[in-house]
Amino acid sequence: MTNKPLTLAEKVWNDHLVAKGQDGSPDLLYIDLHLVHEVTSPQAFDGLRLAGRPVRRPDLTIATEDHNTPTWDIDKPIADPTSRTQIQTLRNNAAEFGVRIHSLGDVNQGIVHVVGPQLGLTMPGITVVCGDSHTSTHGAFGALAMGIGTSEVEHVLATQTLPLKPFKTMAINVDGTLRPGVTAKDVILAVIAKIGTGGGQGYVLEYRGSAIRALSMEARMTICNMSIEAGARAGMVAPDQITYDYLEGRPHAPEGADWDAAVAYWNTLPTDDGAKFDEEVFIDANTLDPFVTWGTNPGQGVSLLDNVPNPADIADPNERAAAERALEYMDLTAGTPMKAIRIDTVFLGSCTNSRIEDLRAAASIIKGKTKAEGVRMLVVPGSAKVRLEAEAEGLDKVFKDFGAEWRFAGCSMCLGMNPDQLAPGERAASTSNRNFEGRQGKGARTHLVSPLVAAATAIRGTLSSPSDLANLADQTDAASSTAGVN
Amino acid sequence: MEKFEVFSGVAVPLRRSNVDTDQIIPAVYLKRITKTGFEDALFAAWRGDADFILNQQAYAGGQVLVAGPDFGTGSSREHAVWALRDYGFKAVFSSKFADIFRGNAGKQGLVAGVITDEDTEKLWAAIEANPGSEIEVNLVDRTASIGDLTVSFEIDDYTRWRLLEGLDDIGLTLRDEQAIVDFEAKRESWRPKTLPAKGV
Ligand code: SF4
Repeated sequence: MTNKPLTLAEKVWNDHLVAKGQDGSPDLLYIDLHLVHEVTSPQAFDGLRLAGRPVRRPDLTIATEDHNTPTWDIDKPIADPTSRTQIQTLRNNAAEFGVRIHSLGDVNQGIVHVVGPQLGLTMPGITVVCGDSHTSTHGAFGALAMGIGTSEVEHVLATQTLPLKPFKTMAINVDGTLRPGVTAKDVILAVIAKIGTGGGQGYVLEYRGSAIRALSMEARMTICNMSIEAGARAGMVAPDQITYDYLEGRPHAPEGADWDAAVAYWNTLPTDDGAKFDEEVFIDANTLDPFVTWGTNPGQGVSLLDNVPNPADIADPNERAAAERALEYMDLTAGTPMKAIRIDTVFLGSCTNSRIEDLRAAASIIKGKTKAEGVRMLVVPGSAKVRLEAEAEGLDKVFKDFGAEWRFAGCSMCLGMNPDQLAPGERAASTSNRNFEGRQGKGARTHLVSPLVAAATAIRGTLSSPSDLANLADQTDAASSTAGVN
Repeated sequence: MEKFEVFSGVAVPLRRSNVDTDQIIPAVYLKRITKTGFEDALFAAWRGDADFILNQQAYAGGQVLVAGPDFGTGSSREHAVWALRDYGFKAVFSSKFADIFRGNAGKQGLVAGVITDEDTEKLWAAIEANPGSEIEVNLVDRTASIGDLTVSFEIDDYTRWRLLEGLDDIGLTLRDEQAIVDFEAKRESWRPKTLPAKGV
């Protein structure tokens, strides 16, 4: 049995077993890295205090402020009293329990899933947890990274372990070459549309295949980030040279002999030949288009070249009812070309797409172009450090010249816990990960898109991809000459 | 945590699928820093609608929810379970739960029982035939009964045992503390450490 071929997820799991569960009870797993933010931690610290327990390993714990932070006037007191209370509570708890915190104004403040990798704390072969479902992001490094609830946060703070039941494994094989303009975001939206928002339930997904291997670390993070939207507990990509190159030299990356030992171990992590996945899914990268959502869950997506689907064509009665309800909420009519959908606001940000490569990609499209009239665009870097990097490259200027708002780091309009919200009925093209009813503001309508689509959409005012821009000048000419004829 | 064996309470038919945690409790309520008092936040966006099921008198004191498939999807917020619990719910049934929601439920003493789509329909019909009637949830036998109708539900053995015993997590784990100490002793030095801080 010792030579049984194993998957990446199984190897990481096995190497963190503190105790094997007996008779259907869960295994006890050791947690290498615990990320904390202000929303899901107050009650956990409260629980510790009530029970008189310390944080077992403050040296494996790190906190930042992201969900409630304002994205401008960050030097002023936070206006909203509850937001202010949550953030102050985190600061107090961090001080009381000896936990490192990166507060507003600190270069390492930002979205928790941007900060971990940026500091080099996220690395292959480790276990990462955070009271946030998009913890799956860190799986891009070949870590087993899971979102947990607040009582689990308390459990990890108190014990540095977590009782977990073994998962099933699913291989998501993406082979081929992505066409120009098609990105990691489109891949993951296509995966979720294919397997459904419940399709990954009970599974750890492993993204494999030539198209995945060709992706940068930041693109792999975009993919793993949205694993949770397919219902999965985690998503992973096996570590390789791209991973090591991204990690090496970061503040907390191993050094010297530790680095060599780590790499030697990391090289043993990729799934063994002959290892069996419980489920396999195949996606042809060559045929993918830019993908956008039309409905109110991330599985309700289509190619940007398609039309709004007709619920009558959906066989499953539950899905059909969900589609009908979604179209009503989204105020869309079946058969409308996706590209004809007019957008009020473009949001470039969130832990899915707010890293430097995302900002560069969007900036490369809008540079020298004019924003569509009446469209608002918010650019919210994932961390204070990403913001500084972007400014050093002059990206802030590109965005500002274009007419976009250049903001400070945080979750912002991804979920609208701070003042960055959509008005009722407003429609957004958003690079975030959730298009649920009311997610970006009460009555707000969200289309999930890639940074490239977000940028092109801001230029044209309707859902668009960069390839639509080539003809923009011609179309404008055509439009005005038509007007002349009439 | 209280022990849960057999419980009877008013059943509420929630004829919706894909009830995500943003619907169970909108993000705006997550700002609170307490562990209780979330009853007003439950289904807040829907409670303004006079026709919403919990606004109907027969169901206002609901304690057992019967929902469509894919309940509790989306955000991992445990507040979703707190809101249900604080409102007075002791059990939720659905043909499919999101993993995180189901895990959170078990830890808070809320039974999340999996029933078939067919039994969901039967329960809905039975409840609606007699709005305000009670349903008996028997965790020992894993059954839910209303009138003459009894359906079986699934809940994993471990969660069931814990609910029956009313056991809390941390105490359970700390019975194993020596195993944690032993594991830490062999943890490799390359693994991440947040302290002392670097890169600030
Ligand atoms: S950016 Fe959005 S999805 Fe990511 S952690 Fe913040 S709120 Fe959650």
